[in-house]
Amino acid sequence: MQSKFVKALGIATLVAGAFSMPTAHAAPEKVIKIDGSSTVYPITEAVAEEFQKEKKTKVTVGISGTGGGFKKFCRGETDISQASRPILQKEMDICKEAGVQYIELAVAYDALTVVINPKNEFIKSLTVEELKKMWEPAAQGKIKTWKQVNATWPDTPLKLFGPGADSGTFDYFTEAVVGKAKSSRGDFTASEDDNVLVNGVAGDVGGMGYFGYAYYEENQNKLKAVPIVAKAGSPAVSPSPETVMNGTYQPLSRPLFIYVNATAGAFKPEVKAFIDYYLAKAPELVKEVKYVPLPKHEYAAVTAHWKALKPGTGFGGVPEVGVKIEELIKRIQ
Amino acid sequence: MTQASVLKNLDEVRAMIKRHKLNDYIFAIVGLIALMIGLLTLLTLFIDLVMDGFERFSLEFLTNYPSRRAVNAGLLSAWVGSLLVMVVTFLSAVPMGVAAGIYLEEYAPKNWFSDLIEINVTNLAGVPSIVYGLLALGLFVYILDLGQSILTAGLTLGLLILPVVIVATREAIRGIPVAIREAAYAVGATKWQVVSQHVIHYSFGGILTGVIIGMARALGETAPVITIGALTFIAFLPPSPVTTEPPFLNFEWLSSGFTVLPIQMFNWLSRPDHAFHVNAAATGALIIVVTLLMNGTAIWLRYRIRKNIKW
Repeated sequence: MQSKFVKALGIATLVAGAFSMPTAHAAPEKVIKIDGSSTVYPITEAVAEEFQKEKKTKVTVGISGTGGGFKKFCRGETDISQASRPILQKEMDICKEAGVQYIELAVAYDALTVVINPKNEFIKSLTVEELKKMWEPAAQGKIKTWKQVNATWPDTPLKLFGPGADSGTFDYFTEAVVGKAKSSRGDFTASEDDNVLVNGVAGDVGGMGYFGYAYYEENQNKLKAVPIVAKAGSPAVSPSPETVMNGTYQPLSRPLFIYVNATAGAFKPEVKAFIDYYLAKAPELVKEVKYVPLPKHEYAAVTAHWKALKPGTGFGGVPEVGVKIEELIKRIQ
Repeated sequence: MTQASVLKNLDEVRAMIKRHKLNDYIFAIVGLIALMIGLLTLLTLFIDLVMDGFERFSLEFLTNYPSRRAVNAGLLSAWVGSLLVMVVTFLSAVPMGVAAGIYLEEYAPKNWFSDLIEINVTNLAGVPSIVYGLLALGLFVYILDLGQSILTAGLTLGLLILPVVIVATREAIRGIPVAIREAAYAVGATKWQVVSQHVIHYSFGGILTGVIIGMARALGETAPVITIGALTFIAFLPPSPVTTEPPFLNFEWLSSGFTVLPIQMFNWLSRPDHAFHVNAAATGALIIVVTLLMNGTAIWLRYRIRKNIKW
């Protein structure tokens, strides 16, 4: 009995030691809670990782999707919300009702990339008009082959792959292509896991899908990115960091945002320090996690906007396509 | 009866025996094939995971926090989260499940109400786990305001395995010969004495097996834990449950945010970068190994405890 007790005590001490070591210096707990878009997640993760190496503040990051993130954000459960599209009217209303004020900060660009199977030889480029024909709600159950979109294309079955309806990517793509956010045909293969979309298009000659540029870049051997023609007469532009930065890849290049809870009283000093750090490190870290950084002057504008602490959104609750960051900031003043 | 007819009869009997033996043989082979399909599938999956994740097996993988660089990323916060959630699950499900099982088996009157409870318990064991997640989101997170914490996750998984524990407890109790109970009553034991000194004692091995199998299931659950809002990136450990200052126990960890192994794996799997898929494979292999170890322990304990019981 004695020896058993001693053994148990020994084990308890070991466990205690193992747990208390990393938290030995745990003074008052400071935790910054972040949630939202999984597209923005890699950037925030990189910043949070570096930030925690330098400061004692703890940072947690979740991936509830842009919409799910805003739900928590407007309930005041999170300090920062990641978003791959601007805040929508419905979310603005909920935040307003709860008295949550926010500062909208663009942190990077992403190119929504339309991909096809590498064996697909007849598509050299696609116009936005053609994309609309494939994806608009009216196409549901009707547009089933490539030939139905353009008579010069062969009679190959058209198999569509895209992200699910809770995704900001879905909202942005439908806004840019169909003209109204969330307005899409429903009969396509939807998955929140972009690797499923990658494999879907890679395994079907008539497959087509869209997702963030990072997934295309990692799977270039399995997929072909389609150059996009914004308007009749303009040249077809392939997605790449250069075409996004110089603004020629339209309308599918999109800014990625973080929204900071700036409600008086709820605005913590550690959150302020974190955002300062975020904006300072963004140019370097965004590139490392394979997104497109904003041009220098745009980061400068975003930082100035942050210093001024002006709450509100530059969008009127609509995920407007192709607006310049500086223009957005000007609207808030 | 002539000798010839007896012999002929004997031939018929022999043919029949032969036929039946063949049937036996065929069934054994079908059974073996069925078993092999299950085992080989698991083995193939496991070997595939190990081969994919092989390069990431190291001590650092267990002692590092998640990172944006796949090679430096580790499981520390995930396995500690899993462990702490399992502690809460164990403490909530086991006493309640065992007590409920004993009550249903030993105390409950046999009437329609007990039948109703029994049907419901069996049904609960078959409810999809996401339903438990939704229930927990409404009840624990919003109504009881426990937050997206280790406590919430542990209670949710506790609810999830509660039916498993109840059913296992009842099965184990049913295995005890009636003569044991009668003998105890005969020497004047009260019901509680019979239950506490004999029933629990003899069914301990069976109950333990059920508990461990339930815990192994809880360890691999992803859906309900995602629903209640487990985190994805967390690079610190919850506050230590044991402190160096009196009262030596600290319950702050219960309200801490957390992540668990299957969620970390899911997150890595959905990354574009293939280096992260290696991490996911290594995590998957680790979860399978831990689950196998738990189930193996269950079998070993049952064997040990049965051996020591002499009716």
